[in-house]
Amino acid sequence: MPHVLVVDDEPNILLSLEFLMQQAGFSVATAPDAEQALELIHQQCPDLLLLDISLPGMSGFDLLERLRAAEATRKLPVVMLTAHGREVEKEKGMALGANDYVTKPFSTRELVSRVQALLADTQQGG
Amino acid sequence: MQTNLMVLIVAFSYLALLFIIAAWGDRRAEQGRSVVNSPTIYALSIAVYCTAWTFYGSVGRAATTGLSFLLIYLGPTLAMLSGWLVLRKMVRIARSQRITSIADFISARYGKSGGLGMLVALIAVIAIMPYIALQLKAITVSYGILTEYPNPSPPSLSLSNFLNDKAFWVALVLAVFIILFGTRHLDASERHEGMVTAIAFESLVKLFAFIAVGMFACFVLYPGPEALFAQAAAILPEASRSFGLDQIPGGTLGWFGTLILATLAFITLPRQFQVLVVENVNEQHLRRACWLFPLYLLLINLFVIPIALAGLLGGSATGEPDNFVLTLPLSAGLNWLPLLVFIGGLSAATSMMIVETIALSTMVSNQLVMPLLLRWRSLHLQQSRDLSGWLLGIRRIAIVLILILGYLYHALIGEAYSLVTIGLVSFAAASQFAPALLLGLYWRGASRNGAAAGLLAGILVWAWTLLIPGFALSGWMSTDFIDQGPFGLELLRPYALFGLEGWDIYTHALFWSMLVNIGLLVGVSLFSRQSHMEQTQAALFTNALRPEAEQAAIWQGQANRYELYRLLNRYLGSSATLRLFGGHIPAPQDDTPATTALIARAQQELTGALGSATARILINSVVRGEALDMASILSILDTTSQTLEYNRRLEQKSTELEQIGNELRRANERLRELDRLKDEFVAMVSHELRTPLTSIRAFAEILSDAEAMPAEQQHHFLQIIVRESERLSRLIDEILDLARLESGRMTLHPERCDLVELCRQAVDSVTQLFQQRSVTLVVQLPDTHCPVMADPDRLLQVLINLLDNASKFADSSNPRVLLSVQVHKHRCRVHVEDNGPGIVEAERDKVFEKFHQIEQSAETGGSGNRPRGTGLGLPISRGIINHLGGRLWVDEPQQLSGACLVLELPTAPDEEGGSQSEAQLNS
Repeated sequence: MPHVLVVDDEPNILLSLEFLMQQAGFSVATAPDAEQALELIHQQCPDLLLLDISLPGMSGFDLLERLRAAEATRKLPVVMLTAHGREVEKEKGMALGANDYVTKPFSTRELVSRVQALLADTQQGG
Repeated sequence: MQTNLMVLIVAFSYLALLFIIAAWGDRRAEQGRSVVNSPTIYALSIAVYCTAWTFYGSVGRAATTGLSFLLIYLGPTLAMLSGWLVLRKMVRIARSQRITSIADFISARYGKSGGLGMLVALIAVIAIMPYIALQLKAITVSYGILTEYPNPSPPSLSLSNFLNDKAFWVALVLAVFIILFGTRHLDASERHEGMVTAIAFESLVKLFAFIAVGMFACFVLYPGPEALFAQAAAILPEASRSFGLDQIPGGTLGWFGTLILATLAFITLPRQFQVLVVENVNEQHLRRACWLFPLYLLLINLFVIPIALAGLLGGSATGEPDNFVLTLPLSAGLNWLPLLVFIGGLSAATSMMIVETIALSTMVSNQLVMPLLLRWRSLHLQQSRDLSGWLLGIRRIAIVLILILGYLYHALIGEAYSLVTIGLVSFAAASQFAPALLLGLYWRGASRNGAAAGLLAGILVWAWTLLIPGFALSGWMSTDFIDQGPFGLELLRPYALFGLEGWDIYTHALFWSMLVNIGLLVGVSLFSRQSHMEQTQAALFTNALRPEAEQAAIWQGQANRYELYRLLNRYLGSSATLRLFGGHIPAPQDDTPATTALIARAQQELTGALGSATARILINSVVRGEALDMASILSILDTTSQTLEYNRRLEQKSTELEQIGNELRRANERLRELDRLKDEFVAMVSHELRTPLTSIRAFAEILSDAEAMPAEQQHHFLQIIVRESERLSRLIDEILDLARLESGRMTLHPERCDLVELCRQAVDSVTQLFQQRSVTLVVQLPDTHCPVMADPDRLLQVLINLLDNASKFADSSNPRVLLSVQVHKHRCRVHVEDNGPGIVEAERDKVFEKFHQIEQSAETGGSGNRPRGTGLGLPISRGIINHLGGRLWVDEPQQLSGACLVLELPTAPDEEGGSQSEAQLNS
């Protein structure tokens, strides 16, 4: 069962994502900020990361950069979540090595299917 | 009686002595130890006024017409006493304008008119001719008397026999003498220090000789002046009586006329102008000359009457009154005194001839000949490198010609007049210069045309009323026209013009000539326009004594090679300068003047480098001898100041443009900043709206997709949707509020309300919320009222917002919030404190920025009990409070340890005052 880590500072969104991932058949861990997320990544080695960009303290971009810099997490699939609809944010996320990009408010079905597709790809390739 | 040889030896010795003195004076001047830099020498040199006419003629005039001779000396005394005003001005102008003669002066005054200069020079030569003739006559006559007394042969005056005429030889010898020490070298300033020294010496000699004769007459021939006068009164009652004012020819009018004539001539005679103005080295010398020269005149006239009386008493032994000075000691059988008298007379005559001839020759060469030669293109004089040879040659020729002309006048008509008469004819001619000269000093409007017309008419009247009758009376033409008028026109009789009879001929001539001279000068000036050059010169002359006029002197003088070298070196660099100077660097002590060609080349080079206006100014800063006309200086200054003005305005404009540019840049930066803030705001608003929307959509979709879900969970999710929807609408309200606040469209309805009461209402509103969040709220309210002018709904909104915020940030384990109100005299303060982490100093202003949210700890964020703020509450609250005239800020906590927000509002005035202010508000 693929393990998904969800990082978002907004509790209600975190709750909805946790519920959606569980429903999709993944084991789920949640973190409200980047520091806790890093800790959980090292502990649990998730198969996928759902990462909000605007986080208190270390931003989602910063976390992504660190993950891509480390050997263990270089290939960790990351789906960026953002409430900013701006193109630049998307470009930046992709440039930093995000695998996908989802804008809030999102369609739950679309999100789940993207996560599933990404996991399938990585498992095939891996 | 003296032998010819003896007299000749003495005369030549005297001339040799003069020459030595002059040479000494020149050498001292060259050594820079000028002898003439003395007011006494200056005053003595002015005594060149006393010529042979004074020496011999005064006694003659006294013997025939009584006291009238004194007028000739009273005039100069008057002129000298006013000298500090008039003469000083002339000296000042002559210095600054490098004036060389009276012709030059008048020409310069009237716009440097060459024509006027020529006219003056011409008149001067004509006018002075009789005067020179007079000196020649005096010398030959005195020589004849001295050598042939008591039977002098009548002078042989005929052109055919001129080689036997002593006067001719005297003229020739003097010509050589004057050439020798008058034109030895060309001085740029036309000063002749040697000549002045010699003239001063001659003044002493003639004074000494005359006083010697006077003493001899008073104390040797007679036991004393009283005895002399008593004897004269006894023997010559008529002569004694003639020494009364009423005995002057023409009466009081004649007295007045002669006085004016002498006053004017004293200044306008070329030789007087030469010594008074041109040769003056220091205008301060005028101070002593003002009294010393009149004193000299007094001394030389002291013995005129005693000598005249003694001469008259001598009868046939003393002969002609003009010769009394000489015949008186001769008749007494003395040897040495007549010789001394002869030397005195010689000194009087030679001094006049020397100065007059030099002055005239300068005029002739500068005003008459050189201008004509320069215009004569075939001579190519314009291109000539050095004209000084030409100038010296012309002057030497002029000196010879002037003396020859003087001799001719003497030979042809010299006998017609007595010494005094000849002198007065010259005086009358010279005084024609006075209107143009003196009016020109004080009346700026005097114009060239006026001066020329006046001069021309004046000299014509002079010629008709004095000169031509003089010719006629000496037998050269019929005298009929004198008695009957030309062609029988009685109105034009020269001695009774327009029927004016009974005046002496000099006053008559002076009256008519001055009338037409001044009349035309003033009249024509009033109706003619001055050229630009005339206007500048007129201004320079009339304003000469004003302090600022001294600056004009900067443009005058000589260019020193070294100075020129330094100037060029500064602006052109060393190699170009060296090339210009032919490879030789002038030494600093080298003060040889730079040639005009060098100055011209220097100016050319500088023009290429710096432009013509600057170049001229620079060159003129070192060249002080260039005859630069004032008009061009003014035009240079004008263009320069125009350029400066233009530059100044350009500079001003560019500064203004720069300022506008800066303002635009600042405005642009401000706009960019505002645009960036707007973008940021839109992005933040978008972000803030999307966040609750995300939750709503996600849970709505979850609920819609879920087939089987526990009711409890379903309810929880629905609650989230409701809360987030509320949050969304609150956010939209706040954004609208903020937009209204920022655009100034928020409408507040201030009314008198009690802040304490509003605090109670706020506490009531939040009590339930605080209980939900289990936050302890401590309220400390005073018993009194605290009236404020505020919109109660908005103020309540602010208070609730503050309490809500405090509850969010209070300590999570034991949250406590304190509300307190403090009433001061003019203001009320509400403190809202919590026991949370507080706000660090640096963050205290940022909390009022839009969407600024203090990062909440994970625990509080994660609990879900506390919905997050919009980040707009505090900015809106501060906007409202500011609108109500109060303040909202973050302060140090007073009772709890966390954040402390302070709201301050001014206390509303009393009830009565309140209604008043309400009325004001309504109106």
